[in-house]
Amino acid sequence: MWQSSFWQSSFWKNLVRWFHKWTSPKWFYNLSRPLGAWIGWLALLILVVSLVWGLAFAPIERLQGNSYRIIFIHVPAAFLSQAIYAAIAALGLIGLVWRIKLAFYLAKQSVPIGASMAFLALVTGAIWGKPTWGAWWVWDARLTSMLVLLFLYLGLWALHNAMERPESGDRAAAILALVGVVNLPIIKFSVEWWNTLHQPATLKFTEAPPMHISMLIPFLLAILGFYLAAVAWALKRTRLEILQRERRTQWARDELDRLGGNV
Amino acid sequence: MKLSRLFTRVLQRELQLAYRRRADLANPPLFFLIVVALFPLGVTPDLERLATMAAGVLWVAALLANLLSLDLLFRSDHEDGSLEQLLLASSPPTLIVLGKALAHWLVTGLPLTLMSPLLAMMLALSPAAMPLLMLSLALGTVTLSLVGGIGAALTVGLRQGGLLLTLLIMPLFVPVLIFGTAVVQAAGAGLPWSGQLALLAAMAVLALVSAPLATVAALRIAVEE
Amino acid sequence: MTPVLSAQSLRCERDERLLFDRLDLSLMPGDILHLTGPNGSGKTTLLRALVGLGQAVEGHIQWFDGQVQSNEKIWYIGHRPGVTLLQSPLENLRYALALRGLERNESSLFEALEHVGLRGYEDVPSRQLSAGQQRRVALARLFLDTPSISVWVLDEPLTALDDKAVELLKARIQAFAAAGGSVLMTSHHGMSGDAVRTLALGGAE
Repeated sequence: MWQSSFWQSSFWKNLVRWFHKWTSPKWFYNLSRPLGAWIGWLALLILVVSLVWGLAFAPIERLQGNSYRIIFIHVPAAFLSQAIYAAIAALGLIGLVWRIKLAFYLAKQSVPIGASMAFLALVTGAIWGKPTWGAWWVWDARLTSMLVLLFLYLGLWALHNAMERPESGDRAAAILALVGVVNLPIIKFSVEWWNTLHQPATLKFTEAPPMHISMLIPFLLAILGFYLAAVAWALKRTRLEILQRERRTQWARDELDRLGGNV
Repeated sequence: MKLSRLFTRVLQRELQLAYRRRADLANPPLFFLIVVALFPLGVTPDLERLATMAAGVLWVAALLANLLSLDLLFRSDHEDGSLEQLLLASSPPTLIVLGKALAHWLVTGLPLTLMSPLLAMMLALSPAAMPLLMLSLALGTVTLSLVGGIGAALTVGLRQGGLLLTLLIMPLFVPVLIFGTAVVQAAGAGLPWSGQLALLAAMAVLALVSAPLATVAALRIAVEE
Repeated sequence: MTPVLSAQSLRCERDERLLFDRLDLSLMPGDILHLTGPNGSGKTTLLRALVGLGQAVEGHIQWFDGQVQSNEKIWYIGHRPGVTLLQSPLENLRYALALRGLERNESSLFEALEHVGLRGYEDVPSRQLSAGQQRRVALARLFLDTPSISVWVLDEPLTALDDKAVELLKARIQAFAAAGGSVLMTSHHGMSGDAVRTLALGGAE
């Protein structure tokens, strides 16, 4: 008895209403405009401060000299690319189970962001590798995993684009992301195992020696800045996706009219 | 009708179809042979150096040969509507998909495994590693058939599905390649290999349990597109 | 009496076009529900959504009392009939039954194939049959005695058939309904009889 009264309680009904409202594309669109702008400016500020601090003012690292400074870009990008993949899988699951369109839109538009981060991590890794290892590309465990992750991202994007109907693309990509997220730990484990088997431990990437506080603060700030920038970017991309996918609804038409040719 | 009975029926049908399309059956082994034969031409005929690469070359070639055949796994079923009937079966579609994957293994993974010693000799793989090469291929190709089935299901209705399939599935094949090769290398060098083989088996079990679910989910999208 | 199928407030939008909205339908034992409408009015989409192929249609759909596994009670024959061209009519029929958890002896399979005019073609690869004959391979299952099946969902079952076969199948559908079965079908042919109800789609246009 108490169960049914719970499901009929005003608390539960309000919760459901709130949830539906929050996940409605229109509500999200309107909310994300000011939110995205605020987060975007904040991200820019933090990124400028942390990168200027990290690249120009933080002290030189004892073992690696100046080349260590690339970790201020490389590490946040690498973190993000993995976090975004996990987020895409989680959003895909939400979309599949609760059929929430917004989750699919967000997941889809996070793919290029995650892919860019993986690519950025690979490029900065190569730039770091040249002075450190003497080669642009070394089959380091982390770099190899990152390369595989980039392929996973490219697969997601290609699948989205290959499907004729975007709704099918959403669901297919969600399944692929879920399969990928189960496999990612296995891939990482196997690549690391393979790497230790074939290469004696060299100077490991991103396992930077214990950081002095004067390096640590800009480093943490850079990570925060990257995360915020990714969120702002994802909000912006998702807003466009919403307009495109909801273009038949009245509010989206009005919005498109309002924006005129500036979309 | 019992589920095991249906499973046998599915297996029977798939093998019968494979037999009636036997021209396609020859493709993976042929591809395997060609890739392995190209390596000495491209790298070196020196048997000692070939021997060090043999495990990797054999595994990469077997993996590609397997990938080549995956594209056809659901294609004709999709074209003639059998896929819809599969999804509307009164028994769990996962069981039928499992039957199809097993049939795929029997007509690709198994032949590749059986012919591998011959190709291994051409690459001067140490005889001690031979049984482990076969065992690792037999186990690893089970995973490839199952995980590959997910990719085949995701791309079945699409033009250019084959190319996309490669992109989707390749990253997922990485662990199988690594541990498959590792087993053979360890055995060739007289090192312990049971751990790697156990991991290969664990991956096959994981795929056995989870891949059919994802495959069926993907097929549901394919029949809608 | 519980309806075999009840569906409420169905809505389907496809490629920027509203196909139908607030559509209700129900199917009782003994009913023949004949969906009509111009090409592209969403008949196939609706049938497929009702049997559970695809999520293009929103709304509430319930088979039987919502508890039983409905697949084993339904024959669905779609636009693509699910006839494997590399297999003979006999093999196709046997596999279709197996997917429903059913088995029949050789002689009743031969009988069903004879009903649809495939006598002498039982063991020929279906690839060698004409388009109409290939459809008959799929339709042969309707001429079997399968008590566990109480619903037929048929998408354009009368296409590609000659006049005689059309009459034969119509009579078979009527007989099935008379025996308490339910039929949900699309067709451009007219269906007549007391049991037939017609639902026209595409009225919005």
